[in-house]
Amino acid sequence: MAGRNGKEVVIEVRDVVVGFGQHLVLDHVDLDVYRGEILGFVGGSGAGKSVLMRTIIGLLPKRQGTIKVFGVELMTAADADRRAIERRWGVLFQQGALFSSLTVRENLQFPVREYLKLSQRLLDELVVAKLEMVGLDPSVCDKFPAELSGGMTKRVALARALALDPEIVFLDEPTSGLDPIGAGEFDELIATLQRTLGLTVFMVTHDLDSLHTVCDRIAVLADGKVIAAGAMDTMLASQHPWLKAYFHGKRSRADQIAKSRV
Amino acid sequence: MSDRLLEGKAQGGQLKLAGAGAWTAQNARELEALIDGEAARAGKLSHVDIDMRGVERLDTFGAWLLERLARSFTARGCETNVTGLKQDYRALIDELHAVKLKQASPQATGQGPGYALDSIGQSVVSVGHTLTSFLNMLGALTIAILRMVARPRSFRFTSLVHQLDNVGWRAVPIILLITFLIGCIIAQQGIFHFRKFGADIYVVDMVGILVLRELGVLIVSIMVAGRSGSAYTAELGSMKMREEIDALRTMGFDPIEVLVLPRIMALIIGVPILTFLGSMAALYGGGLVCWLYGGIDPDVFLQRLKEAITLDHFKVGMIKAPFMALIVGVVACVEGLAVKGSAESLGLQTTASVVESIFLVIVLDGFFAIFFASIGM
Repeated sequence: MAGRNGKEVVIEVRDVVVGFGQHLVLDHVDLDVYRGEILGFVGGSGAGKSVLMRTIIGLLPKRQGTIKVFGVELMTAADADRRAIERRWGVLFQQGALFSSLTVRENLQFPVREYLKLSQRLLDELVVAKLEMVGLDPSVCDKFPAELSGGMTKRVALARALALDPEIVFLDEPTSGLDPIGAGEFDELIATLQRTLGLTVFMVTHDLDSLHTVCDRIAVLADGKVIAAGAMDTMLASQHPWLKAYFHGKRSRADQIAKSRV
Repeated sequence: MSDRLLEGKAQGGQLKLAGAGAWTAQNARELEALIDGEAARAGKLSHVDIDMRGVERLDTFGAWLLERLARSFTARGCETNVTGLKQDYRALIDELHAVKLKQASPQATGQGPGYALDSIGQSVVSVGHTLTSFLNMLGALTIAILRMVARPRSFRFTSLVHQLDNVGWRAVPIILLITFLIGCIIAQQGIFHFRKFGADIYVVDMVGILVLRELGVLIVSIMVAGRSGSAYTAELGSMKMREEIDALRTMGFDPIEVLVLPRIMALIIGVPILTFLGSMAALYGGGLVCWLYGGIDPDVFLQRLKEAITLDHFKVGMIKAPFMALIVGVVACVEGLAVKGSAESLGLQTTASVVESIFLVIVLDGFFAIFFASIGM
């Protein structure tokens, strides 16, 4: 399972085709995600970034191709194997997807309670610990998701994604809807957690700052294919018109950064 | 892997603990018991060494338990050292070391007679709130109607037709079926019991009066409350949850005028029509059973029906119908707009909407009975 540069491949997407009706969203996509990296996944709105993420985690069916997570093809795996793999990842959905009828505490304890038989004391302590790790005050414990602000919802959702100590976390636009300071803190948080917990992070994002500051590698989806994958420098050097527009556009600071480096 | 996750040896005031194996979520239950056992170790301890060399894997669960162990010894005044941790886990331990167990305030749990009284009081208050919001909605609706009369062009005719299609036209088959069956059942029961004292023919009176005055409109209102009232509540509730209603408001639209008025108007037009159709279906079902089961020929049935019922009976049923529609519509919209952020609240309000509107329909029917009796209809 070793990749080109000797790193272990944890997610291997090969030749994947996903479509709705006549429309092909993903057209023979290949992608590797290596252990311990933060992969930023970018592409235009509606290009199918979330579709690929949802296909990897098994929420959407694919028409063709293979997706191996930890070397296991999920579609053909036995139920027990698939569930074992599913326990090794956590997902942060775009809107948080917190269970609205449960409090924050119950939201965080829900997956743990389901899989492990732990004492109530340990469950409660872990909730406090996880909340502090994502930078929230434990006083939010008894609040309901409807009472949280956007940024708090994202943090609680991240804490829930991390509840079972996963090895991979999928983040769907984690910083969308946050102010630049909040988004910066969130990026920082993801980087810290990645370091402390040794996570592999698959992050769908539009946030150029996130790409610059936390991502080890960037993969770009356009016209249903991954047109480029590599470090930021590779992206900036690329001559592909879409990449140029994305990374050197008016809203991008990449230009300035690139120039300042020269 | 060692079979013991944690092994302890005490020597005088010194305790040496050795961890081993995988300190992960899988083993957290077992590990917690071991750790609490060590932490509760009796005797005076001055110095504790925790040797983590044997620990192969560590995650948040294990790291937290280690932290708990260290804290409990520190709290007893022992000097605690953790040694042999793999470098990779250092950051995680540091992270958890910073966690302050500021215990969140315990949840307010209801207990005892005080709580029982409290909850009775709260439900009385909530009945009051429901009544107030009901009256508020009637008021807002009146204002919207007055505005509509002043500017008839502003009325949302398309929306009305759409709602009428949903609550009226599409409800016809099920309403016909149910009222037909009810008519059949009443006639059958009537014949069965009236026959004992040779009064078969009075079944026609019973079916005619009962269906036209009471059952037609009641069955239809209850059906509409369950079928359309719940749909209104769920629609408006999810629009509220997704801030669509706030969006309407910010664009300068009155949600009552745009969403509520066409819906309630559709019910006020639809329910009388359904009541008429339902009553006819019930009479037809009653007649059919009288003929097939009771041996009363259709000619005789119609003749008897003509003598038994007056136009008043029919009018009583039809006059009630639009009021029933108003009750169902207003309750459904009030409950829909009362939905808060959660999915649970949507479910609660939809239940409340159906229960309240059926209850109020029956109460209103009782008042109508008294009213019509006193004016001699």
